[in-house]
Amino acid sequence: MSIKLNVNGKAVAAKSESDTPLLWVIRDELGLNGTKFGCGAALCGACTVHVNGQPVRSCQTPLASVAGKKVATIESLPKNNSHPLQQAWIKHDVPQCGYCQSGQLMSAAALLAKNKNPSDADIDQAMSGNICRCGTYPRIKAAIKDAAATMRKAA
Amino acid sequence: MTTLETTRRDFLKTSSLATGGLLMGMALPGSKMEAQAAGTVYTPNAWVHIADDNTITLISARSEMGQGVYTSMPMLIAEELNVDINQIKVSIAPPAAVYVNALLGAQITGGSTSVRDGWEKLRIGGAQVREMLISAAADKWKVDRSQLKAERGMVLGPKGKKASYGSLAAAAAKLPVPEKVALKDPKDFRIVGKRVKRLDTPAKVNGTAEFGIDVKLPGMVYASLEQCPVIGGKVKSFDASKAKGMPGVVDVVQVNDGVAVVASSYWQAVKARQALSVQWDEGPGAALDHHKVLASTRAAADTAKVLPIGKPVGNAAEAMKGAARVLKAEYITPMQAHAPLEPMNFTASVKDGKCLLIGPTQFQQGAHGAVAGVLGIKPEDVTLKTTFLGGGFGRRLELDFIVQAAQISKAVGRPVKLLWSREDDMTHDFYRPLGLNQLQAGLDAQGMPVALQFKVTSQSITQRAFGLPKDTLDPFMAEAAVAAYEIPNTQHDLVIHDSGMRVGYWRAVSHNMNAFANESFMDELALAAGKDPYQYRLALLKNRPRFANVLKLAAEKAGWGQPLPAGRARGIALMEGYDTYMAQVAEVSVKDGQVTVHRVTVAADLGRMVNPDTVEAQIQSSIVFGMSSALMQEITLDKGRVQQTNYNNYPVVRMNESPQIDIVLVESSEKPGGIGEPATALVVPAIANAVAAATGKRVRKLPLTPEAIRQA
Repeated sequence: MSIKLNVNGKAVAAKSESDTPLLWVIRDELGLNGTKFGCGAALCGACTVHVNGQPVRSCQTPLASVAGKKVATIESLPKNNSHPLQQAWIKHDVPQCGYCQSGQLMSAAALLAKNKNPSDADIDQAMSGNICRCGTYPRIKAAIKDAAATMRKAA
Repeated sequence: MTTLETTRRDFLKTSSLATGGLLMGMALPGSKMEAQAAGTVYTPNAWVHIADDNTITLISARSEMGQGVYTSMPMLIAEELNVDINQIKVSIAPPAAVYVNALLGAQITGGSTSVRDGWEKLRIGGAQVREMLISAAADKWKVDRSQLKAERGMVLGPKGKKASYGSLAAAAAKLPVPEKVALKDPKDFRIVGKRVKRLDTPAKVNGTAEFGIDVKLPGMVYASLEQCPVIGGKVKSFDASKAKGMPGVVDVVQVNDGVAVVASSYWQAVKARQALSVQWDEGPGAALDHHKVLASTRAAADTAKVLPIGKPVGNAAEAMKGAARVLKAEYITPMQAHAPLEPMNFTASVKDGKCLLIGPTQFQQGAHGAVAGVLGIKPEDVTLKTTFLGGGFGRRLELDFIVQAAQISKAVGRPVKLLWSREDDMTHDFYRPLGLNQLQAGLDAQGMPVALQFKVTSQSITQRAFGLPKDTLDPFMAEAAVAAYEIPNTQHDLVIHDSGMRVGYWRAVSHNMNAFANESFMDELALAAGKDPYQYRLALLKNRPRFANVLKLAAEKAGWGQPLPAGRARGIALMEGYDTYMAQVAEVSVKDGQVTVHRVTVAADLGRMVNPDTVEAQIQSSIVFGMSSALMQEITLDKGRVQQTNYNNYPVVRMNESPQIDIVLVESSEKPGGIGEPATALVVPAIANAVAAATGKRVRKLPLTPEAIRQA
């Protein structure tokens, strides 16, 4: 008995038990390690992925609930770091330990997908579910604004 | 040019690090980590590995936990080796004597020591190899070495002769390591002191950076460990019959610290663990709670042995008698957890009397020794590879989770990844100890201090972790106890008290309690004297130029004395820690007891800087980390059980709470100071002083929660 879904554009038949959180399906079964485990309770955002374009906490998303849906993980961003957000993260040298950054990037990507000119308040609203214990918030904020500007120019 | 004596002890040739042409620990079977060079690798010394395909790998003896050593350590080597920082690869060192941190006496990443320890050592390491490559080229071309120079990975000779480092590596590695090498004058630095982009950023923005949690070995299974809810408790008995029947479960095994459920996937292990039934012998810890910790600490302050911190100045007790006014205050810093975002984990494979360990640690040597000891095997049969650390903050100095992983692997005979849950992590930390600081000052008729008595009572982590003898001053309890100020009569004392808590080093360690007490008290004295807290401090720094300078810089940048929007107030604080001189100004408002930190201004003089951008990042990081500590965090216990379990009841600052941070860095040629920690400690009194200025209420027990402010 497997559950069919689409992960980063590829059809997947997941064999994990249907109550397994999507996080562990992505990591342990599909071997996509970029998505991280931080709290297991949707409190820290390290496990953020997109389901049908919406940011969700994959640690609290049972496999059964994403049957037939499109999942995008950090690995959906270009491996050569050419996405404006990745470029901005590099320009501002955002990561420290880096553990939360996949989740931060996926939350930021979801924000910019619907708002190409976010205010400080918009950024706070979209990003405050993502904890960074190293405190990279000032740089994340600057990088999001930078990436948004790049994306507006490209549009 | 400076010439430095090289000691043989520190710079022994470590050709044993090269195994079959590959870096030790770099070609682990089945792991994602691969040798970074395709060719044969030569190791002229412990810091530089050069392959004949021109791949140059520089070794960081320190773990990368966010603080930037993956970049700053190679920068120091590359400066003297004369290679472009973007031409090199980086590898984290395996456990070896040559990589011991001279400031801490073991291979440890912590104490804001990486740059201070590496400042000369790594430049010498780079210069040695540069000289060996030049000698190898001189031998090859039969010319005098004075005609040669090394630049950007090439040795250049007369008549346009040139040879890449890679082509010279085999010959260079056979030469003796030079005892004396010339180092550059800092004005000639091309890498050190520049804003160099972090070398680990690209892998940290596309999900490819490998943390401990990401390690996979062939045939690996996953473990989840049930530990006694009371730290220190032992398994009495357990019933695994139900757990063993659950999907994917491989085995259920008892180890020293609890009962491990081992399964084909992590989630299966977690679910089966819920079906486990364990009877515990909770031990004496079951009687402990946070009220008792405070009460016993307070009792010890009055009755236990007093250890002097430094030499007394003048006669504080006598001078106190003659003072126009005497002020007393007691400050309490609570127990706190480290809560790094990556929960504790390690991967171990124990087979045929050998053990492979892969994971995140700040203490390679400790992990190596502890695992060899518990498994009863020889240290040389333990191989340790350090991954990126998803935060450390002192938690990953501890070895508990590493030993557990090794024991579980041995018990099941397979490679095992042990992964703790967030709840495991929060309830089984080595907590920052409670700090009780009792201060007394005598003021003259003008309100200036003539006497100061300082006593701190807390628990010694060094006694537990490193066997510091009893009744001995623990330097990691006395940091920032003696403050900057010129006071004619001072006495500083330490009382060490074992409260029964399991305690650990926590970012900035005792600077936290001592700076909170000293800098809060300084504001209380200024208030009593009717003086501005900035001017009051400045008046006590006439012969302390580095302190006075950062204080002035922070005050100016923050607009000290300038009008603020209604409801806002500023607080100032000053400290030296890790050879770094720092002042901060916090700007806050308080509504219904809820503190908002709008802006923090930092002025820092840390001597020479390796990477100023990393310095700023560490200050930003420390401010946010310290704010969580100041405003939100406290570990409490009920019947020995830690009551905080996750980021809901042990909150951390989030982006919407993160302030504007302005930083002024002093250009200096003084020896480098550490920057990973001091701002963490100092932001706490800066905020507390701002809150007092805003509300007129002095909170002497952290954290500054709405309840604490209302009750003050």
